[in-house]
Amino acid sequence: MNKELSATIRPLIGLVILAAAVSILSPRFLSAGNLLNVLRQTSINAVIATGMTFVILTGGIDLSVGSVLAYCGAVMGALLATSLPLPASVTLVLLLGAAIGAVTGLVITKGGTQPFIATFVSMTLLRGATLVFTDGRPIAADAGPHADAFAYLGQGHFLGVPIPVYFMALVLALAFYVLRHTRLGRYVYAIGSNERAARLSGLRTSLVKTTVYAVSGTLAALAGIILTARLSSAQPTAGQGYELDAIAAVVIGGTTLSGGKGSILGTIVGALIIGVLNNGLNIMNVSSYYQMIAKGAVILVAILLDRRSED
Amino acid sequence: MQPLFERDSPLRGGVLVDETGKPPILEMRGMSKAFAGVHALEGVDFRAFAGEVMALLGENGAGKSTLMKILAGVYSADSGEMRFEGRSLELKGPRDAQARGISIIHQELNLVPELSIAENIFLGREPVHAGGRLDWKRLNKEASILLEGLGVKSRPDRRLGALTVGQQQMVEIAKAISFNSKIIVMDEPTGALTDTETESLFRVIRELRAAGKAVVYISHRLSEIFAVCDRATVLRDGRLVGERAVAELDEDAVIEMMVGRRLTEQYPRIDIEAGSARLSVEGLEGPRTKGASFEARAGEILGVTGLMGAGRTELALALFGALPVTKGRILLDGAPYRPRSPHEAIAAGIAYVSEDRKDLGLLLDLGVGENMTLPALRTFQGAFFSLSSSRERSKAREFIGRLQVKTTGPGQAVRNLSGGNQQKVSIAKGLVTAPRLLILDEPTRGVDVGAKKEIYNIMNELKRQGLAIMMLSSELAEILGMSDRVMVMHEGEVAGVFGREEATQERIMRLAIGIKEGAL
Repeated sequence: MNKELSATIRPLIGLVILAAAVSILSPRFLSAGNLLNVLRQTSINAVIATGMTFVILTGGIDLSVGSVLAYCGAVMGALLATSLPLPASVTLVLLLGAAIGAVTGLVITKGGTQPFIATFVSMTLLRGATLVFTDGRPIAADAGPHADAFAYLGQGHFLGVPIPVYFMALVLALAFYVLRHTRLGRYVYAIGSNERAARLSGLRTSLVKTTVYAVSGTLAALAGIILTARLSSAQPTAGQGYELDAIAAVVIGGTTLSGGKGSILGTIVGALIIGVLNNGLNIMNVSSYYQMIAKGAVILVAILLDRRSED
Repeated sequence: MQPLFERDSPLRGGVLVDETGKPPILEMRGMSKAFAGVHALEGVDFRAFAGEVMALLGENGAGKSTLMKILAGVYSADSGEMRFEGRSLELKGPRDAQARGISIIHQELNLVPELSIAENIFLGREPVHAGGRLDWKRLNKEASILLEGLGVKSRPDRRLGALTVGQQQMVEIAKAISFNSKIIVMDEPTGALTDTETESLFRVIRELRAAGKAVVYISHRLSEIFAVCDRATVLRDGRLVGERAVAELDEDAVIEMMVGRRLTEQYPRIDIEAGSARLSVEGLEGPRTKGASFEARAGEILGVTGLMGAGRTELALALFGALPVTKGRILLDGAPYRPRSPHEAIAAGIAYVSEDRKDLGLLLDLGVGENMTLPALRTFQGAFFSLSSSRERSKAREFIGRLQVKTTGPGQAVRNLSGGNQQKVSIAKGLVTAPRLLILDEPTRGVDVGAKKEIYNIMNELKRQGLAIMMLSSELAEILGMSDRVMVMHEGEVAGVFGREEATQERIMRLAIGIKEGAL
């Protein structure tokens, strides 16, 4: 615990400084309404980044999450128009995400391809599949017998807190538990630390790695469900560039791209840093062009600080 | 500073000349260095003479590497002063040290496999034409002069990666010479060399000595110290034990200086009645393994030896499911066995402790405990898929105690342990699955003398418990000292198996180099 906490201190200090700076520049930032907004805006990235954390901890990368999000979101929109009960269609979509991730994982482990290439291929294929499936047009997700219940998943509040925030909290808590307290979690760190030694320790490394991509796919699908519910429609171009935000959150949170080192706590902080940055720049009316420059600068600073701490 | 020298030390009282009155080319005095509050070096004095080979000895963690890293400009000392060629020496960094004539040849060579020999030698200092174009002709010509001088018969434009480790080492030496180095430090240079390569390394070292270079030679192999070194400096626990002329020393004396106690017998082999065959192998074929047939019995240590490339490790990896078995029959306690992965091998009761603990054995970023329990993690299952950390920790503590691992606790990262203790963690990792057959691949490589003995004692204890142990080793003394039976391999084949009484150095050697038994 101590090790993990101390590794998270640095990004945490960064988050506090960033939040303080934003609140000085724009007092509106600290209002309860806006802070909940930040959390809601962070939720989708945080859910994706959680899956990304698993993948990166094994030393891999998943570029396909944005496309999986779009494809699964579109399928969700289509299923909503059917009479299928909502829990059933949500489960189906999550399983679809898991299956897509597992196939990508098999291409990596059994096909012997680099994660970068394999997930890049998935990213391209699925974006195409989404465009074919939707014919390039948004799928409305506001009709059908379960439309209201579905919209609640993205737009509703419980005890004043947006529902997506609960999803985020649940996903993060589960991921924290899995990484810290289960065999799968230990195997993830072991493979990221030294895959060949892990295999010689009797780990079924292919199985673990495939699982990790399935986890990432599942969480990208969940993000797709939340986004579709939030917008009441599935956009064929949804999620473009989301993989980069997720990777940024993981890296800012101190997880190393070479694997083996990092934590979900770091990813939470990393996702919040990006969330606060986006939100702060928005409420200060900074143009989106400059926002990208600011984001790039923050990631650069985070990585440089992280390198310094390793020396 | 406390007096560090023994009474008869020539350095005592600040007299910094040796018996012949020759001043040292390098003096390091009172070197101290601490990492995170732990002293790696405390007031160590060290010197080297031009035209002499100085051995630097000590167990793992004695401070040899730290001292040499200070000399190489990698670390700066917390206190102490260095004098080089009579002048005070302050280094700005590794490049500075190299430019001043101090070269270090590390255990893991610092070469670029995809570049040519010549490019490696002159990396960063390539001769260029006016205008910046590389002068290939001069580059290759100067490199061939250097290589010729070292007796390396290889074209300078060959890709470095195509060379054997021994040849690559010569390239490192050529590089050191090209810097006109006055001091050349060699850290465990023979670790991966064949006997012939070792011989030519020794020849080059003698030539360097004759050319007036100061050579610092770090090795665990005592016989090498006696073969090439003039003097020996011994460190223990970050302090200087003493400096002696090698001619005044014998192996026992060196070991005593290193460990601070005289080891009564180096190989504490025990005699017990071997049981039935736990593993029997018939006509096993795999990558590099050609029709191997043998058996390993309960309660015995089967020593497996052979020259570099004889296929020992490949045989072990095939038995462990990490390399494919293409043909043959394996019985494990009488039941057919054919592993397709290490996972299956472990489940069947086989454990393999790799010779390469850093790359294949351990997960350096993980803790001592996490490493030890990894292969048997399913046995620590608690509620809700969780791992029982208390049971895990107590298992780790049990191994730490049983194998006498020197560590701050199960949570310490394995990276921060010394080589001998890492090896013990690696062995614990093999034992945690309670195997029937334990394959130890070079169990004492890179391990200091004290830890070596402890590892032998562990092997004895396991032998008593009825494990079958296969000990793969290229150290003949160890094979003869610890094995109950000795199996010799030659080019992937089992060349022969000796009982303990029949095994002699000569007979093993003959088989290892491919002379059939009986042929004279």
